[in-house]
Amino acid sequence: MDLNIAGIRVDVTEDGYLTDVSQWTKEIGIEIAKEEGITLTDRHWEVISWLQEQVKNDVALSVRGIKNSGVLDIKEFYALFPGGPLKISTKIAGVPKPKSCI
Amino acid sequence: MKNLVILGAGTAGTMMANHLVSKLPKKEWKISIVDQYKTHYYQPGFLFLPFDTYTEDQVKKVGKKFIPKGVNYIQKKIEKILPEENKVTLEDETLNYDILIIATGSKIAPEETEGLLGPLWKKDIFDFYTFEGSLALRNKLREWEGGKLVVHLTEMPIKCPVAPLEFAFLADSYFREKGMRDKVEITYVTPLSGAFTKPTCSKSLSYLLSEKGIKMEIDFAIERVDNETKEIIDYGGKNIPFDLLVTIPTNMGDDVIQRSGMGDDLNFVPTHKHTLQSVENENIFVIGDATNVPASKAGSVAHFQAETLTDNILLYIKGYTLKEEFDGHANCFIETGNNKALLIDFNYVTEPVHGNFPFAKIGPLKLLKESIFNHWGKLAFRWIYWNMLLKGIAIPFVSRNMSFKGKVFDIKKD
Repeated sequence: MDLNIAGIRVDVTEDGYLTDVSQWTKEIGIEIAKEEGITLTDRHWEVISWLQEQVKNDVALSVRGIKNSGVLDIKEFYALFPGGPLKISTKIAGVPKPKSCI
Repeated sequence: MKNLVILGAGTAGTMMANHLVSKLPKKEWKISIVDQYKTHYYQPGFLFLPFDTYTEDQVKKVGKKFIPKGVNYIQKKIEKILPEENKVTLEDETLNYDILIIATGSKIAPEETEGLLGPLWKKDIFDFYTFEGSLALRNKLREWEGGKLVVHLTEMPIKCPVAPLEFAFLADSYFREKGMRDKVEITYVTPLSGAFTKPTCSKSLSYLLSEKGIKMEIDFAIERVDNETKEIIDYGGKNIPFDLLVTIPTNMGDDVIQRSGMGDDLNFVPTHKHTLQSVENENIFVIGDATNVPASKAGSVAHFQAETLTDNILLYIKGYTLKEEFDGHANCFIETGNNKALLIDFNYVTEPVHGNFPFAKIGPLKLLKESIFNHWGKLAFRWIYWNMLLKGIAIPFVSRNMSFKGKVFDIKKD
């Protein structure tokens, strides 16, 4: 399905994840974050860029991966994206929802 | 004389020995299999042992019985794989190989979670992924008088992803039969966003949890276990109290993979997901739980992989291109309690579907639906495992790749 986020038409999955990361813009990120009740700080953006980089390099995202990332620890990850940090941060970053479905 | 060495005589390694012994010319190839343990466990039975459905003797046999004649069986500890030198060092000897098959499996790593191995371990906290853990849990359940039972899954991937949920379902039946279900509160805790690892399953099967009165906590990423307050606590600060905690600790590949510097951060070996060749070394192949391929870690998967891998090893020896054939096919029975079970069939790209199995329109097994017939199928599987699967005998009518006959792909239609 498609959705209008920040004035841009984007394709999203049933649960709101962008299906094409190239459609992503910072404005879209801000808009999705707002819906999740998060105001993005510089630190958020650092983490978002890192997540996008990981996906680009075909690295599967996981909570364990965060623990070993050297970028941030899990406590901070939860503080930045309360609730389900991996689910929420990837949605904001416009990358696919991490699959641990195996 | 050339050497083919198989590391690990579990489900996958034993199957490969049986497949290859009849395929490789005896005059040219010597096949060796290395495993330090004497006992071969029927691991699916660890799910039933705690509930007194199986006895200890039904889940273990002497491993040597299943290694075919003509294969050199070495019962020794593996120290290190040296891929640059095509060598494997064992406790007191070194093996040279032309082809290496890694089938060292996965194991639980409770030390990865703070507090899990604290004073309550094996007293009020149990795993059922080891023979010892499963047995200790059986003894605990026999005398347990009730309270808060928390069934918990630490992180993915785990061996047999549906086992924790099956455990919760079987626990419900077990306490009902004992006439004490009203004294037990069952909570299922998962780091995922739904009970099942596959979204279509979560959609069509979540009724099972409410039907059985099992509470669910999702998106729970455990940080530590508090042994004093008897709680599990997640990184978000959520805490869940327990009287009895049955947990699936982090699953990791064998330590030998780490010692050899060949694994990812969970000690699983990077493997080509369609050919099963290792990413780093062309004469090393990986099968079963030891791989990092995004398929379920399960015996059925190893069985389907073994057929593809056997073909690919023969192709590799002849210098031909490998078949990119393995599709992630998994086929699992899910026990739902009350002597019923579900059956799911899926692969890398196709979610579990409705329909009949293995024959279109006939079945007799039903996909994604509870039935008594499926439960019989699961129990019959123990016989199939010892007598057919390990010996590399193909299971009639069940193909290595997922079949699309007799299946309904639009889940809403059913």
